[in-house]
Amino acid sequence: MKQISGNRLLVKALMEEGVEVLFGYPGACTVDISDELFDQDSIKVILPRHEQALVHEADAYARTTGKVGVCLVTSGPGATNLVTGLATANYDSVPLVCFTGQVARSLIGNDAFQEVDIVGITRSITKYGITVRNREDLGRIIKEAFYIARTGRPGPVLIDLPKDVMQEMGSPEYPKTVNIRGYKPNRSVHAGQLKKALAALSKARRPLFLAGGGVIISRAGQAFTEVVEKTGVPVVTTVMGRGAIATDHPLYIGNLGMHGEYAANMAVNHCDLLFSIGTRFNDRITGKLHAFAPKAQIVHIDIDTASISRNIQVDIPIVADALDALEKMMEYVEENPCSKWLAQIHAWKQEHPLAMHSVGDELNPVDIFAEINRQFDNTILVSDVGQHQMLAAQYSAITSGKQLVMSGGLGTMGYGLPGGIGAKIGNPDRPVVVISGDGGMQMNIQELATAVLEELPVIVCIFNNGYLGMVRQWQKLFYNQKYSMTDLRAGALTRRTDFKEHPAYTPDFVRLAESYGAVGIRVTKKEEIAAAFERAKTNAATPTVIEFILDPEVMVYPMIQPGGTLEDMILDN
Amino acid sequence: MDKGMKKRWISLYVENQVGVLAKISGLFSGKSYNLDSLTVGTTEDPTVSRMTIATVSDDETFVQIKKQLNRMVEVIKVIDFTDIFVRMKEILYIKVLDVTAEDKTELFQIAATFKAKVIDYGKDSLLLEFVQTATKNDAVIKLIKEEFRHIEVVRGGSVGIESISMMDR
Ligand SMILES: Cc1ncc(C[n+]2csc(CCOP(=O)(O)OP(=O)(O)O)c2C)c(N)n1
Ligand SMILES: [Mg+2]
Repeated sequence: MKQISGNRLLVKALMEEGVEVLFGYPGACTVDISDELFDQDSIKVILPRHEQALVHEADAYARTTGKVGVCLVTSGPGATNLVTGLATANYDSVPLVCFTGQVARSLIGNDAFQEVDIVGITRSITKYGITVRNREDLGRIIKEAFYIARTGRPGPVLIDLPKDVMQEMGSPEYPKTVNIRGYKPNRSVHAGQLKKALAALSKARRPLFLAGGGVIISRAGQAFTEVVEKTGVPVVTTVMGRGAIATDHPLYIGNLGMHGEYAANMAVNHCDLLFSIGTRFNDRITGKLHAFAPKAQIVHIDIDTASISRNIQVDIPIVADALDALEKMMEYVEENPCSKWLAQIHAWKQEHPLAMHSVGDELNPVDIFAEINRQFDNTILVSDVGQHQMLAAQYSAITSGKQLVMSGGLGTMGYGLPGGIGAKIGNPDRPVVVISGDGGMQMNIQELATAVLEELPVIVCIFNNGYLGMVRQWQKLFYNQKYSMTDLRAGALTRRTDFKEHPAYTPDFVRLAESYGAVGIRVTKKEEIAAAFERAKTNAATPTVIEFILDPEVMVYPMIQPGGTLEDMILDN
Repeated sequence: MDKGMKKRWISLYVENQVGVLAKISGLFSGKSYNLDSLTVGTTEDPTVSRMTIATVSDDETFVQIKKQLNRMVEVIKVIDFTDIFVRMKEILYIKVLDVTAEDKTELFQIAATFKAKVIDYGKDSLLLEFVQTATKNDAVIKLIKEEFRHIEVVRGGSVGIESISMMDR
């Protein structure tokens, strides 16, 4: 058989894996691969403007298509720029395969130009990472990487490619099968445990479902909804699980946790059975551990054994993929009429509905979400991190066909814009709306160039409150309103003692958008919201940036203090 | 939180690959698990290494440790050695310096009692080799430390294997 180079085998492997899009940024150690990619057209190559954004783009592409996101970057700085994106994907269980260039084997360890031990650096933030040390292992390693990334609890895999290994000639074979003796993802559901859980569910008087991001990842929303409807048991979700059941479903209460709805947190506090699926009981949802669901027996279904009984002691653990488990559940579940419990939850909802008190004439973010909910179907909503994110988690309607995407576990500012780009590349026919803060927007703003050149009509909403709002919120509530390091208009002028007025906001987002070749719109009044989105929808050629000028005093309520309990819940009043 | 805080042992079969040791030890440091000792060596199959790990942890943390190890791609098998019949020994060297003739006699007695070997000998120093359980080695070190001021200690960490008969340690 004719021998081929490692570079050519890599491209062949990508084709056999069915890769349609590759997010890549070149350099000396990967220029050979760039060269190979030039000669084919089955894989679309996207050139972002920064490797951090590159990973976020591949990440959102993966989250919104269910396919593996593929990245290619060069050695050294190209590789270190991946770190934040890998950690983001790892926390939220996103399947990625990232190829990094590496210096030739003879140079490794010499502090060669652009040499870093990227496998070592990323060991704790990837599902698996390996340097290819022999040309004959290349095909097997790539095959295993795709398999590891997408199976079990999905996650990012990093493959480090020394330049000389890639240049070496070798077998053109790409393996058809995988067998990794230490990695056998579980595809079964323990029927005995499941029956035990369902018996507990039907006996409970105040049962509650808790759906986490795992339900979204395994695309089990429909199965989950069917199970919920069969049982008649109410549902809360984590932020990452929002949309597991339509947010307008009568059995849906809301998000739980730090910025969760009053009724949702009350329901967790009072339930006698918490039937949870695909969550790791992160501290942002549990608050103080011993006060979490104190009266409840806890069932926990999760694909990752290590997520079970780590933060919360679980009574009935079930290791399984959410979809597998829910499909099995459908065979056995029974109705559990709990009308008194439902009435109680309804009363809590009436007592403190999710609402934001009007802030005078200023724009109210709730009106922006109302308009997004009204004007767009089938939407993918991608959020950055901050107050606007928590508002998106509270006020976005995620009904059938819609999806909410954000960096939940790591809380990575700068995810929003590249996330929107990745989502749009994977879903050209669906509207993609990005919600970003003025802070987070500036962390990857260079991606406007990528979006413009790729002709991606992403609608980018900047919630401009002039501050790093979420941190400012903590300062307002817990630090005597000392707004240290959160004022995005601060600088030399404000450091001079007697400044009266802040300088104008930098940058002018509307003109900036225009300079990139995108459409820029500024909205300062409620009446302008609808028209801005109408106009954005007619722009099919470029992104549209809508800057909403918001009052920095807008807070996200309710709020439970970090490490606090329900008693500490701060409500809007 | 410290429910069941005690020393425990795990035996691991892992891929004999570059970086695996770093990955395993990195798990312990990254997640703040105690790592008391770790030994590693290749097995009859050169592609597989075996590790014996000793850790001091409570019940909950220990369950987590096993789960975290189990889900690593490079880990082939995790065996909990804490409550099964195993043969487990540690090699320990103690060099005792500045000893008198009297001290030497005492050290020979200690060696006889603990089935240690005196493997080297100098004008005013002695080198002892112990192969016994880590717990017994702890005791020996304590004893010798009390009696002698100037000592050097090197220990290898436990290596263990499941018993064939029902015999412990
Ligand atoms: C990369 C990164 N740095 C810092 C933080 C801490 N942080 C969380 S929210 C936030 C403020 C975000 O400000 P902005 O983007 O303007 O959104 P807002 O909260 O004002 O809506 C900061 C600094 C973070 N999550 N990520
Ligand atoms: Mg802001």
